[in-house]
Amino acid sequence: MTPRIDRLRKESYEAVPSLSIERALIETAFYKNNYGKYPIPVLRAMNFYEICKKKTIYIGEDELIVGERGPKPKAVSTFPELTCHSVEDLQVLKSRTLQPYYISDEDIEQYRTEVIPYWEGRTQRERIFSHVPKEWKEAYESGVFTEFMEQRAPGHTALDGKIYTTGMLDFKRKIQKHLASLDFLNDPEATDKQEELTGMAISCDAVILFAERHAELADEMADDLEKELADNMFDSESEIDRLTQRVAELRNIAKTCRWVPAHAPRTFQEAIQMYWFVHLGTITELNGWDAMNPGHFDLHLAPFYDKEIAEGTLTRDHAKELMSCFFIKVNNQPAPPKVGITAKESGTYNDFTNINIGGIKSDGTDGVSEVSYLMLEVINEVHLLQPGTSIHISKVTPDKFLIAGAKIIRKGFGYPSVFSPDTYVRELVNQGKSLEDAREGGCSGCIEVGAFGKEAYLLTGYLNTAKILELTLNNGLDPLSGKQLGLKLGKAEDFETYEGLYEAFKKNIAYFTDMKMRVNNYIDSMFAKYAPATFLSVLIDDCIAKGRDYYNCGPRYNTSYIQCTGLGTTTDSLSALKKHVFDDKTFSMSKIMEALKSNFSQDKGYEKLRQYIINNTPFFGNDDKEADDIAVRLFNDLRDAIEGKPNIKGECYHLNMLSTTCHVYFGKITGATPNGRFANKPVSDGTSPSHGADTNGPSAVVKSLGKLAQDKSGGTLLNIRMLPSMLKTDDDINKLGALIRTYFMLGGHHIQFNVVDTKTLLDAQKHPEDYRDLLVRVAGYSDYFNDMNADLQYDVIMRTANESF
Amino acid sequence: MSLIFDIKKFAVHDGPGIRVSIFFKGCPLRCAWCHNPESRSALPQKMYSKKKCIGCLSCIEACPENALQMTPDGIVTDCLKCILCGACVKACPSKAMEMCGRPVDEEAVLKLLEGERLFFEQSGGGVTFSGGEPLSHPEALLSLLKKCGDAGFHRTVDTSLFASAEIVKSIAAETDLFLIDIKHIDSSLHKKFTGVPNELILSNIRLVAQMGVPYWIRIPLIGNANATEKNISATAQFIGTLKTAPQKIELLPYHKIGDHKIEKLGGKIAANDFYTPDEKTIENYNKILLSAQLSL
Repeated sequence: MTPRIDRLRKESYEAVPSLSIERALIETAFYKNNYGKYPIPVLRAMNFYEICKKKTIYIGEDELIVGERGPKPKAVSTFPELTCHSVEDLQVLKSRTLQPYYISDEDIEQYRTEVIPYWEGRTQRERIFSHVPKEWKEAYESGVFTEFMEQRAPGHTALDGKIYTTGMLDFKRKIQKHLASLDFLNDPEATDKQEELTGMAISCDAVILFAERHAELADEMADDLEKELADNMFDSESEIDRLTQRVAELRNIAKTCRWVPAHAPRTFQEAIQMYWFVHLGTITELNGWDAMNPGHFDLHLAPFYDKEIAEGTLTRDHAKELMSCFFIKVNNQPAPPKVGITAKESGTYNDFTNINIGGIKSDGTDGVSEVSYLMLEVINEVHLLQPGTSIHISKVTPDKFLIAGAKIIRKGFGYPSVFSPDTYVRELVNQGKSLEDAREGGCSGCIEVGAFGKEAYLLTGYLNTAKILELTLNNGLDPLSGKQLGLKLGKAEDFETYEGLYEAFKKNIAYFTDMKMRVNNYIDSMFAKYAPATFLSVLIDDCIAKGRDYYNCGPRYNTSYIQCTGLGTTTDSLSALKKHVFDDKTFSMSKIMEALKSNFSQDKGYEKLRQYIINNTPFFGNDDKEADDIAVRLFNDLRDAIEGKPNIKGECYHLNMLSTTCHVYFGKITGATPNGRFANKPVSDGTSPSHGADTNGPSAVVKSLGKLAQDKSGGTLLNIRMLPSMLKTDDDINKLGALIRTYFMLGGHHIQFNVVDTKTLLDAQKHPEDYRDLLVRVAGYSDYFNDMNADLQYDVIMRTANESF
Repeated sequence: MSLIFDIKKFAVHDGPGIRVSIFFKGCPLRCAWCHNPESRSALPQKMYSKKKCIGCLSCIEACPENALQMTPDGIVTDCLKCILCGACVKACPSKAMEMCGRPVDEEAVLKLLEGERLFFEQSGGGVTFSGGEPLSHPEALLSLLKKCGDAGFHRTVDTSLFASAEIVKSIAAETDLFLIDIKHIDSSLHKKFTGVPNELILSNIRLVAQMGVPYWIRIPLIGNANATEKNISATAQFIGTLKTAPQKIELLPYHKIGDHKIEKLGGKIAANDFYTPDEKTIENYNKILLSAQLSL
């Protein structure tokens, strides 16, 4: 690591996340003066332009890649047009123990007087909640499902390679061409298209201006330094040398910012800076989920790297330094603060930029390049909270790359995670994408799959399958809230057969997924109407060609996902009921229901029953046919409830199986479950086995997971925890590689590892100050162990730890 | 009848690649540091874990012989009364009572191995027969080895080679790799720590090396027992005289894992002052051994 990176890294690590009200102030003033004067897409683009024109520009000491969303590193904007934080919200955000965001009292006061009064009653969040039916609201509040879009914009996308060959001026030319060819006589949508395309063109100008302002600042800073040098203000020669070098760097930054993003990049540095301006543009325009994502960054950068190395204008070390600067930039952008249920289900500073490394090219050949290895080295050295990284291991990927990646996994940062392009290309093709578009796709956010640069794949929220089983067992009544949430299909004791119970469970699943989709469709239309993303639309094919927004069928593919959580817990619960109540008749249903109601009370003697269930039930994750058959059936039935249901964009919903941290929140509001899980404890994450249920080692786990038709989903998630002692030698690393390869041969989509021992985790709970930088894998992303709440910490500790004997 | 006491999937430290390890019950050695004390007796044994016991007394109710009693130390079995019928194990909801030792079911073993074939192929792994002492069960072992060979699995036998030369020869014919322990090179000290002298073992190692069957040498490294430079050097010297070189020499540093199992078997942990040698010592020993290997 160079001294520069060491300094920048430290600065980024130490910076305190804070709230910046600057964007909100600019936007509020703009809306006050202009709302109603322009069509919405034009208004939104002008608003974006206004922000780019007025926001504070920051260039830090030593930086080579420039630009921040806020006025300084880790300062996060608010988006009052979507959710307007109240004074109480801001005070809670400031003072809460976990993931606080600093904000001064003066700023809170200014927010109260200037921002809040205008947005009250006008926000997207209020629009949504005023519309939703009562039964939706009750189910939402009781934790049957969550809703992603109630306070953050739908984002969930990643870029393909076009910004490396197309500058904003080129995009503008393309937009002008489509504007010129609009047919106002025959096309009833021509006016809408004109408004949208005009908005897109303004957005291009906005980011060019944003970059130009960085160029101006860099030149100013260089001028100042030159003046100081000319005035002989420095004695030490080394200081003079350093500052002279900095002047050259600043001039180069200015030159770079004047070229990109207006034009296509020509050098490695321009290419990274190009992406970074585009990234900042999208996360300034709106607060879309999962920030933005460069997709296959190594693949896109490799031509620039190769060309410059061949020409001698770039060294490998300098390329690595630039890449490190970029990684630090991503870390400087914490997630926008969340409130309410969304804060409970996603409490983290991580904003889920997940860089894909390795994998395949669009012709199916190996995509690993020198840049891929360089990025692995950067991960190892920089290893901050963000960005998340993943290695992509296809059949054609060389072992050398897999082993190099596995050696980083061994470090225990929780990343990179590992994906199988062979599986996710099949997933995308199964959803109707062309093979070429599928191969350009990959995984963004946690584990969700998409056709990069061509698809809006919106995650709409999580579904709590364990809660739905609980409701089914209680005739639709929620024991916790006392509300009738589900269908009345009979009490648990009334079901004479397992099939009868299962059918009722299935009916409830369909009832809730339908309920959720109905409201999602409404939310989708609200974003299309009130918050079009005109800049994001420039970047995603075929928004320009169609003259439609990213939120309004502009992309080539428009997918909606529902993420089903708790496969392990629900499978094991069904398995327990099937075996002990219906097959073996060891316990009566009423006894089990009593046990659940009492939360397996030891005083009432239910610990014995709980132990019996835990030790005598086929559980998912053990390569046990009985349990795995239930999981496969549940997986397929969840898919059937969701797959193919129309969204408002002429396409449809698909199944997704990620959980992020929602399994902890869902666990909190779900009573004891028949698999022996106590009330309030986390349900299982992603498609992983329940905590401690997998007692036959990782090979059995991946075999169980391999039975699910993963390529019929939009992604699954498997967490494996390994003790460091298992990955000591290079030989051990080869075995880890073999485990990954085998899982992918069985059709696996994703696997991630926590390499940490229980003792370390327990010690970190006791002495958090000694473990400030202990990163662990949560579910689809890494987080600092000490930034996680106690429940999530428990969740990680309770995962089966695999060790050798 | 030959018993096994455990089958471990995804074993990554019992030979090359990802393996399945099958542990035979019964061992002629009595290593003072044994970490599988349940493997010593060739007979079935009952194990009890106080940690897992929830005190529900189901076992006491189930016992037809009135052999069990609840004490402040948990359930205690009266060995004179216990007939090892397994009723308590069946009644225990929390698996605090477990029966250790079950007959070999060849068909089930082969089916299980078949299920792991992909992992073997990807990693160059296979099956490892361990123990206890697998060579104490020559008939059962040989039959399994033959069947595994027919199925194309790589076969490793993890052994002390404390067996007759005839048995070693017959097993070697069906073995792809031996993992051989040398616990002490000095026969009298070997006898002190393991209960048996080492002449037979050393002559069998010579025999294996002569037959040309691939083998690894593994040395458990126990502070205050065999972890001396003198022992390691002499062991290296011995290895230097062998007909063919071992493919690998591994040092296995001591760990206390066996203690809690002794308690589970109802035994008392004998006081000892064994310890795990530090990294630097281990590195030094590795160097000594490597030079012996290279000299071959």
